[in-house]
Amino acid sequence: MIYARRAWIVLWKDALAERRSKEALNALFFFTLLLLFIFQFTLGGDRERVSDALPGLLWLGFVLSGLVGLGRAFLTERDHDCWEGLLLSPGDKSAIYLGKLAGNLLLMLLVETIMLVLFGVFFKLDVGRHLPALAGVVVLGTVGFAAVGTLFAAMTAQVRARELLFPVLLLPVLVPVLLGSVKATEAVLAGEGLTAVTHWLKLLAAADAVYVAVGVLTFDAILEG
Amino acid sequence: MNRTLGWLVILGLVAGLVMGFVVAPRDAAQGNVQRIMYVHVPSVLVAYLAFAVVLIASIVYLTTRREAADRIGHASAEVGVLFTGITIASGAIWGKPTWGTWWTWDARLTSVAVLFVMYLGYLLVRGMVDDRERAARYSAVVGIVAALDVPLVHFSVYWWRTLHQPPTMLKPGPSTMPGVFAATLLVNLAALALVYVFLVMKRVRLLRREEEALA
Repeated sequence: MIYARRAWIVLWKDALAERRSKEALNALFFFTLLLLFIFQFTLGGDRERVSDALPGLLWLGFVLSGLVGLGRAFLTERDHDCWEGLLLSPGDKSAIYLGKLAGNLLLMLLVETIMLVLFGVFFKLDVGRHLPALAGVVVLGTVGFAAVGTLFAAMTAQVRARELLFPVLLLPVLVPVLLGSVKATEAVLAGEGLTAVTHWLKLLAAADAVYVAVGVLTFDAILEG
Repeated sequence: MNRTLGWLVILGLVAGLVMGFVVAPRDAAQGNVQRIMYVHVPSVLVAYLAFAVVLIASIVYLTTRREAADRIGHASAEVGVLFTGITIASGAIWGKPTWGTWWTWDARLTSVAVLFVMYLGYLLVRGMVDDRERAARYSAVVGIVAALDVPLVHFSVYWWRTLHQPPTMLKPGPSTMPGVFAATLLVNLAALALVYVFLVMKRVRLLRREEEALA
């Protein structure tokens, strides 16, 4: 109970700070908008080509905004000298990890919702028709993404070349999540439903479980500084 | 001890070459190109062994904080990346005449490539974190994440469908490989495993000396 409360306090603190500064969300909203521009410019106006690549583009967008958004998860702690505060907080440190993960998940899901709407507007992605299945796939993929992302963000926060090391570490590890998410999204958008891709969904669920478990178990070693 | 192992390595490599080039007959279908398999398959198996050692060393380091475990993990990762590189390179050289292409996004090629970049990342953490103790902790976490990712990568990439021939040795049921080929493969596997042990021991010692020099 106290454990859950600790995680909740970390989440609440981050959410409050974000609500007051709106730093991450504003920048990320703008970033996703720019991404759509880039996709459009690089792929040209060919409607067919864009709609074929849509599931991939969607997850490319999620990953790119995730690299920007998750990478800064522990920067407030570092910049405002609160790292010691986290270290000194009593009890199991993995509660801090889960709180941070929940915050990151919230942020990512918000950004992804915005991006889905933008994809609907600009690329004629029929979000409404596939909504429940699509939401399930997005959540399943994002949990794994955010779980490793949060762990590696804590790790790279203290490193000189953070901007470089974070994506370089994260992207290879995310290959299974990315493959599963894109394949499942493809099936959903093609109207095949989730039953055609249960093996991918199981893989995503397994990845989520593995990443969260590793994060909980190893976060202590990273927080030490 | 070290010297004896060194001689054993040389002996093993020579025996492997003799087996591969003299004893084993020319493959009926693929010709001489098939002999690359005697390097290719043992290399990938040794690489997997190396990464398993990294996983164990990482867990041991995080629980006991013994520097010896960290050094073994570090050394094993370096040698593992080396053998993964050899696997990819020898596979490409074999693939060009056999499949007609250096590289294809086949399932097992892709998963080995992902493995390669994951452990390059592990070594990158080592290089980029200045504080020694912190580098050890961080890379241990990466070593655990990467190793647990291997089965996920394997399955996800496998479901893409594959061009690679299915495994001949590590599959259920009796092996269909003729005896000479299997024997040659085993000799080379033993030789490369010895090379692995030798290099890791050398590297561990070098790492310890480096630290002593800095201390």
